[in-house]
Parts: sequence; structure tokens; C-alpha cells
Amino acid sequence: MAPTYQLKRLDFIFKNENDWKEILVGKINLPPQELINELISSELKGRGGAGFPTGLKWKLTSEEKEAVKYVICNADEGEPGTFKDREILSKVPLKVLTSMAICGYVIGSKEGYIYLRGEYFFLQHELNKAIEEFVAYCRKINFEFTIRIFMGSGAYICGEETALFESMEGKRGEPRNKPPFPSVSGYMGKPTVINNVETLAHTYTIFEYGAKRFYDLGVQYSRGSKLFSVSGDTPKPGIYELELGMSLVDFVDEFGDGDTKAVQVGGASGFLVPRKRFSETTIGFQGKLTGISLPTGGSMMLFNSSRSMYNVLDNYLEFFREESCGQCTPCRVGCQQLLNGIKAVKRGEKTAGYLEKLLRLAETMQFTAKCGLGQSVANSFSSIVENFREEMIY
Amino acid sequence: MTTKIKITINDLEVEIDQGTSILNAARDIGVIIPTLCYHKDLCVAGNCRVCVVELVGQKKLSAACATPCEEGMNILTNSFKVRNSRKHIIELLLSEHNADCTRCYKNGNCELQKLASDFKIMTQDFIRLVPFKNYTIDHFSPSIIKDDSKCIRCQRCVRTCEEIQGVNALTVAYKGDQMKISTFFEKPMNDVICTNCGQCINHCPTGALVEKNYIEEVWDAIADKSCHVVIQTAPAVRVGLGEEMGLEPGTRVTGKMVAALRRLGFDAVLDTDFSADLTIIEEGSELMVRLKKVLVDHDSDIKLPMATSCSPGWIKYIEHMYPDCLGHLSTCKSPQQMFGALAKTYYAKVRNLKPEKIVSVSVMPCTAKKFEANRPEMHDSGYRDVDYVLTTRELAIMIKQAGIDFQKLIDEPFDRLMGESTGAGVIFGATGGVMEAALRTVYELVTGREIPFDNLNVTPVRGMDGVKECSIRIENPLEEWEFLEGVELKCAVAHGLINAKKVMDRIVSGTSEYHFVEFMACPGGCLGGGGQPIPTSPEIRQKRAEAIYAEDQGMPLRKSHLNPEILKIYADFLSKPLGEKSHQLLHTQYIRRERF
Amino acid sequence: MYPVSELIKNLADQHGRMRHNLLPILQGVVEQEKYLSEYSMLEIARELDLPAAEVYGTATFYSFLEHKKMGKYIIRICKTITCSMKGKNQIIKTIEDMLNINVGETTPDGNFSLLQTNCLGFCHMAPAMLINYEVFTDLTPEKVREILTVFINKKDKEG
Repeated sequence: MAPTYQLKRLDFIFKNENDWKEILVGKINLPPQELINELISSELKGRGGAGFPTGLKWKLTSEEKEAVKYVICNADEGEPGTFKDREILSKVPLKVLTSMAICGYVIGSKEGYIYLRGEYFFLQHELNKAIEEFVAYCRKINFEFTIRIFMGSGAYICGEETALFESMEGKRGEPRNKPPFPSVSGYMGKPTVINNVETLAHTYTIFEYGAKRFYDLGVQYSRGSKLFSVSGDTPKPGIYELELGMSLVDFVDEFGDGDTKAVQVGGASGFLVPRKRFSETTIGFQGKLTGISLPTGGSMMLFNSSRSMYNVLDNYLEFFREESCGQCTPCRVGCQQLLNGIKAVKRGEKTAGYLEKLLRLAETMQFTAKCGLGQSVANSFSSIVENFREEMIY
Repeated sequence: MTTKIKITINDLEVEIDQGTSILNAARDIGVIIPTLCYHKDLCVAGNCRVCVVELVGQKKLSAACATPCEEGMNILTNSFKVRNSRKHIIELLLSEHNADCTRCYKNGNCELQKLASDFKIMTQDFIRLVPFKNYTIDHFSPSIIKDDSKCIRCQRCVRTCEEIQGVNALTVAYKGDQMKISTFFEKPMNDVICTNCGQCINHCPTGALVEKNYIEEVWDAIADKSCHVVIQTAPAVRVGLGEEMGLEPGTRVTGKMVAALRRLGFDAVLDTDFSADLTIIEEGSELMVRLKKVLVDHDSDIKLPMATSCSPGWIKYIEHMYPDCLGHLSTCKSPQQMFGALAKTYYAKVRNLKPEKIVSVSVMPCTAKKFEANRPEMHDSGYRDVDYVLTTRELAIMIKQAGIDFQKLIDEPFDRLMGESTGAGVIFGATGGVMEAALRTVYELVTGREIPFDNLNVTPVRGMDGVKECSIRIENPLEEWEFLEGVELKCAVAHGLINAKKVMDRIVSGTSEYHFVEFMACPGGCLGGGGQPIPTSPEIRQKRAEAIYAEDQGMPLRKSHLNPEILKIYADFLSKPLGEKSHQLLHTQYIRRERF
Repeated sequence: MYPVSELIKNLADQHGRMRHNLLPILQGVVEQEKYLSEYSMLEIARELDLPAAEVYGTATFYSFLEHKKMGKYIIRICKTITCSMKGKNQIIKTIEDMLNINVGETTPDGNFSLLQTNCLGFCHMAPAMLINYEVFTDLTPEKVREILTVFINKKDKEG
């Protein structure tokens, strides 16, 4: 069993889930449209990384006229530096299950799945017990909704929603062409809502306290709180629920070790922010208030001055090279070229000017890759190479 | 009802059907977007990303093949961003590719090479990744060579093997930089379910999948003056070869092909159409015997429907997939193998040649024929019946090597003695052709009258539908065939193994009432074979089919049983259909193979 | 009858025989056998009426579905950024020395296989590793020696 960890603030997400029955019964007796409106007015955005408005996702799927629809909870948490979803599923699983069931009610689905990454196999037993309890209660109140766990088997790309569907269908986890989007054609070609674990936990918060309470947290375009997975060179690694819109300076003051050189925000597919940019960086979704746009899966990795940014980038690129599904050219070959390229520059086999060629390549990957994985490799690559160019060169 | 929408492509406003892909919308107005993983025969993959285009207002580019047009889209296919990105992608593909073009079999007919040339990729800035990879070449199959170092992972072969053939010998394995096209457990192609049909070769944009060529061996045989080298030419070759020679698809080049073969130095230029006619006699007789045994004798050991056995890809498919159904197969060898067995017996005898000095070569639209010729049981003449099988493409290479200006050749006729044929033999090259040829003969033998179709054209079995059906009611048969009075002869035709599967599943489940079914492994029949000129597409196959039927229409004789050489070989050598000699030379048996 | 074909039949009975049941069946075989042999994959293909190549292609996509023979205990060391920063190479060195094998290898007695893996999601308790499905975190060379000793003794007791 995984050791538990001392958390700093237990504001909403990890607050006890004792009231799940009341919330479930209360919500499934309201008109679906009312629930959609509540979610939309909360301005909750997906917490998996892409930040798609959750209410809109439910609305679009609810409008599809199909007898069979699915609700899927994406628990394929694989982004380096992210470990919040595991904590949610082990501490407050019933919140997630309740939100899934309410989603099923809203969109007209009777089947839910939790796609749990293979690395979290040890969670399966406890989670199944929670599911049993939950489904038994649903039966008791004559509410038809089942939830099953689908285990992953070690593939980062399966966190991409369409790759996840492929994987659940028994295939290689290769992302699909979009459109069609999951709200129209998802798992088994049926309309599907797929939400991240944390998103569903926030949904519970919104149903519990109302949209306004959530909306009042955070800043424009980035409402509510968010779980942050803090790791790296920090005296207090762990999971923290923080308000969106905080400045990176404040964050580093709280979590840094006094020698923070850079922070990787959003995991390997996020951005590296160097010390000189801390003050102009706000943590939130893209919008007027943020210095730079930051995808917020919630991974915050701190690096102090003892760390070589070359090694950091090398590690990320090796990760992407292996975890790319391999189907599209820019991602499959691009990752290999970026990795081999920085190695060649470091060894002096290529001139420093080759870094510019690689930066342009990273940009091409961002424009042309088939899915978010290949598109976001450029984030860490460009932000590291541009800010720590001298560390890349022989 | 399709809704029309307005879009703009490169500042040109166009109205198109909703749902059209950007790629097709652009092609309609003469804007060509380069592609690699896209193929008209296959589902859209959208993985090579060469076809990316810019949608004004969007940061990311979109794959033209996989993106449907939407109202008001403003598309740029040649913007600064598109050009740079596209060039990068081609450079990336080249960096992972063994670009040893001058030593590649596909040199000059490679889609990647053409893109590199069109975009003038003159530099090699990116690091060559080939040395980092453990690429292997699989050359164990007698038909197909798979060279992973040339593969660009477009997955066209995988989609072909799955969607057109339903064989799934090839799959995508591993992920990331290790991702590759593989067989089960990376076994050699000849150790798995591969039918050698060669459709993967036809659909491969590069030299990753090519036929095993026997060009040098054939040149050596021609050069050896002690050998008598005969060549037989399959019907579909004459409607495909022209494409390799710069002619439009659908151009018939029978006479020029014969002239070219003579100039290459073959000692005799003969026609597989002759043995196609022979096949009709043997197979038609077999069908009638089977019908009699089932309908009159109620012999439960005899299986109906009888399935044709001309297509070696189909044969290997049924051996793997339906080993319990081998009894449905006609025992007739394919025309190629009948020809081969006769070349070293009948032909040798009449021409007074030593069979061991005869080198029997065939030119086929097919790669599975290479495997077929290599089957251990195909030695009924006492020698290997067919020594070398060339594809249409290999023949084209030889013609070019010999410096023959093909288009200037004057038509020449085939040599006599196994060179004469009828229109019925010609149409073997198209899907439905064997069926049509058989019906022309069987109906006439049974009733004494011509088949009741206008101008002998059995149109229900023609065309490109995957499964075609036809039934003919037999009335007033000759006395010998009286048991067939009133019988509705039910026939079906399937081409492309995915369609063969549909019919076979019906047969296995007992829901089929067919008496006779023609199966061809390749889409369109042999004219769409795995040895035919590349590229292939539904339009090209259609044109080749039209050429086949035009060839048939132009023949003086169009029924196999009227072929004078056929009459002669029965009179002089075989004595009668299904006779002892026939059984020895023209019939065969099949092997149960593992499905997995 | 091979026990593994029994297992595959049971798994197919339990999960179903459709394409979308493939992954749970592959996982079930790996849970017992630690890897998917050629024979297992053929049996699964037969049981689910799938092309064998498809089963192979799908299995090789997933890092946890090994298709080479593995030891009874598969040790997977996380090699992603935080674990790398916090000394995963020392951990690997310790294990390599203790078991006398390199990464990617299995001990001759077939008890331990040593592999590296991508992010395990324990970055706040780096370095981390899995032994089969059990997580061990905040590793140090000393701690790893203790953990492995327990496993070695466990296997000795089981004979």
C-alpha cells in the first residue's frame, strides 16, 4: 500500500465525502439543464491539462441523440511530476463516483468506466470496494448506473482521450483524428464524456457548495482551486490544493529551498520558467492575467542551482521518445531528432547554431503533430533551450 | 441529400459537399496537396502529416486528408508555415529512412523520393537515425522482401492487409521510436499467415515492401544457349504492362508485349490464356461431375459449392483460414501451373526437346505465383514445372534494360503450340472472368445452346462489386445432363480476400446455396494483382478491366471449348478431361495450414 | 493441457471474447505468468478469434505487457526526472550488485528481473520502484538492500 502524505491544505477536494448520498439524490432530481448551467457558470475547466470547459463538454454530449453513451473517468495520470489523481482516488473515491453518476444522469448514460493506469494497480482493490458500495446504493434508490475499472498497462499516451478509447477497445493506444470529438463519437463510437479525476472531484465541490463558491476562487479565466503536485528540489514535496491565479514568486517563496533556479510548470509537456520570469508568471489557464499560458495538469517541479538543465531536458526527451505512440511523423521522428540533436550539440558534434534548427523543428512538431503529446514537446524544449542555452552547448 | 457549403482554398472560393475532406476539395479544383499515408483504396490514417494545411485563424495546422471541410473555412495549402512544416516532415522521414536510393529496387518509383525531389531537400541537417536502429531485411519469402530500413511507418501495408485482404499478417508493433511494422512475433513473412498476394507491395510508397525479383536468373537462362527458355504471359499482364511503358492505364499491349519478349531472347513466347482455356475444360468438367454426384448420387463426400483454384493467394488464404473447407476447392491447378506441367511434357515431346533443358518462365500480375511455383508438389512434369515467375513490373524492367523502345514495336502474334487462346481465357484477368468463361462453356456443353446472354457477355459477374451473384436456370439439357433440368445454377464471385471471407463464412454457416464460386485474392481480380504496375486505384483497375473485356470482344473465338489447340491437346496427349493424364499433370491437392 | 490455456479460457469466460476484452485478458495472463509467451498470444488469438499479429501488435504497445520471459519478481525502477535527480542510478547500482544482473536482465534462478520504467507518479517520494505491483518509495541504497533481502528470503522460504 502506498504511504500517505501530509497535505498542506484540505480545503475542498480532500474534505470528507460523507454527504455523497445527499448530493447524488439531490442532483438527480433536478433537471439536467440546471446542472449543466451550474457547471457552466462555475467556469470549471478540465484539470487534466487541456483545460476544456467541463460544463460545455457535458452539454455537447447531452445533446447527442444516442441510446448508448458513456462516462469515463480518466485516471491514466502519467504526466511526470503529477500524482494528485491517485491521492483523490485513494482518499475520496466516492466524490469521483458521485460526479460520474450525476454526469451519467445529465447526458443520459448508464455506464461509467474508470481508466486506471497500470502503475496504480494497488489502488484497484480499495477502489472496487468503493464502487461496490456506490453501485449498491444506486440500485437501492433505483438509479441505474454502473461503474467499472479498466486497467491500463503502462502507456503514457493513453491519457490522451482518444488513445484511451482505443486502449479500452482492446487496441494500441493511438490517438484518433479529430473531428469527430468524443462528445459525438468516443468509446465504441458512442457519445462520451471523458473527465479527469480531479475535474470530477471539483464537480462534486460545485454540486456541494454551488457554482458561486467555486467561481469566487481564482481569477478571470482561471476559476476555482487546483491540486498541485509539488516535487523536485523542495523541502516539502506533496499535494496541495491552491487557488488558481497565484504568482510563481509566491509559490517559490512557499515551496522553494531558497535556491530555486527554475520551475517546470505542467510536467514534461509544460513550460520551464526560469528565476528571472517568476514575478511575471501567474499560474492559470490562458488569459489576460497570465504572463504566459500554462497548461495545468498541476505538476510543479522545482530545480535548484545544482541541477543541469541539459540533463533535465535530456530526461524529458527520452521520456517522450519512448512514450510517443509512434504513428505520426513529427512526434515519432521529431522526438528522436531533438534528443539526438541536443546530445550532438553537447558533445560538440553539432554547432550551437544547430539549436536554432531544433527550435524550428519543435515549432513544426507543435503545428503538425496529430495529438497533444507531440504538440506539447515544444513547450519544454523551447522554454529550456531558450532560457538555458549556455547549458546546452559544449 | 448532401448539403453544399462554401469554403476558400488559396483565395479561391468554392462550393462543395459537406463532409468532403480538404484534400479532395482541393484536388477537385486542381490544387494538389502532397500525401504519403493517404491511399484511395484505404481508410484515412492521418499519420504522415505531409498533407498539413493552414486554416486561417488557427495556430495548428490540419491534416488535409483527415479534416472535413466546414462552412466558411479559409484554407491555405502553400503558406509560409505550411511549406516550412511540410519540408521539415519530409526531412524527418528521410532522416529515419535508408535513403540509399541508387541501390534501391524502387528507385524511380518511390513516393518519398518524389517528395524529396519536388521539395528539393538538398541538405541532410538532421542526424541520420538509421545507424541507431536495428533494421532487418526479411527475404525468406519466395515472393516478398520486407526491408524495415526503407519503411516510413505510413501503415498503408497494414491497412491493406487488414481492410482489403482481411489477412492481418502485418501489424504495427511497439511504440515511440521503436514502433515498427511487424508480423506476429517478428517472424519471417513466409512463416506467418501472409498469402503472398503482394497487395502490400502495391500500396507501399517506398521500397520497404517489394517483390523478390528473378530478373538476373532469367537473363542468365536466356544467355545460356543450351537452354530452351519458354515464357507464358498471363492475361492481366497485357492490360497493365503499358502503364510501365508510359502509356495510359487501360491500354492493350498484347502484340507489343509479344514482340518485346521475342527481342528479349525468349525461345518461345506462349500464352497462359491457352491453359486458362484448358482450366475451363477441366474445371467445368469437374463441376458437372460434382453436380451429378451431389444431385443424382447424393454423395455426401462431395462438397458444393465448388470453389475456383486459379488464385494462389486465395489458395493459401483458405489453407490457413478455412482448412476444413479444402474439399470445396477445385482440384485443378492454376493456369500457370497447368502450363508449366505441360511445358516440360507435352510441349517438350511435340517440339522434340529435352525437358531438363527447358526453362519455364512465366510473367504474372501476381507475387503469389512465385510462391505457387515454389510449392513442393508442383513438380508433376518430373521437374520443377515453372522455374521462374516474373511480375509485370519485372518484365517492364527487363524491357527497359534491353533498350527496347516499347511504343515503337510492331504487334506480333504468340508462337503456336500453347499460344492460341480464346476470349474466355483472356477474361481470367478480371474478377468474374473465370466464372463467365466457365458459364459460356458449361452451359453450352449441358444444353447444346449458347449461354443466353447478349453477345456472350455475362454481365452480372462483371464489375467491381466485392461479391457478385448470378444464377442461370437450366432448361432442356442434352440427354446426358437430364438431371440438371430445371436446376437453378447459383454462382457467386468474390475478389479481395475480405470479400472471400464474407462468402466463405456463408458457406461455413450453411447459409449459402451456391454451386460454384469464383474467388480471386486481389481487388478487381488479377488485373489488380500484387505484381501489377504501381500505383493502383479503383479508377486504374476499372480501366484495366475495360481493356480486358475489349480484348475478349476482339477475339475471333470466345469460348474455351472451341480453342483448336485445346481440342488438339486432348486428341493427341491428354485424351479426355479429368482423364488419367489430366489427373497426373493438371490437378493437385492442398495443405492444411495453421490459422495462427 | 497447458495450465496457461486453461487460464486464458477462464479469463475469456470472465471478461468476454470481444476485441474490447483483449487488454484485461492480456493483463490476466501477465499477472500469473509475468509475461506473454508466443504460445499465450496464439491461444489468446484463438480464443478471441483475433489475428495473432493484432494481439502481438497490441501487447507490444504496452510497457507492462512483457513478451520476453520475466522473473518471478519484476523490479521496475522509475527513471523519470525527479527519481533520476534523487538518485535512481544509485538504486540501480545497488540492485545490480546485489542480484548480479544488469538492467534488462533476469537472474539465472528466474526470480528477479530488473527493468526501468517511466514516471510511476511518486515524484514527491523519489526515488520510487515497483516490485510486481507493490510500490516502494523514498529509496536509498540501504533501504533497497533491506527490501530486496526480504524478497530474497521470501523466495527461499517458498522453496
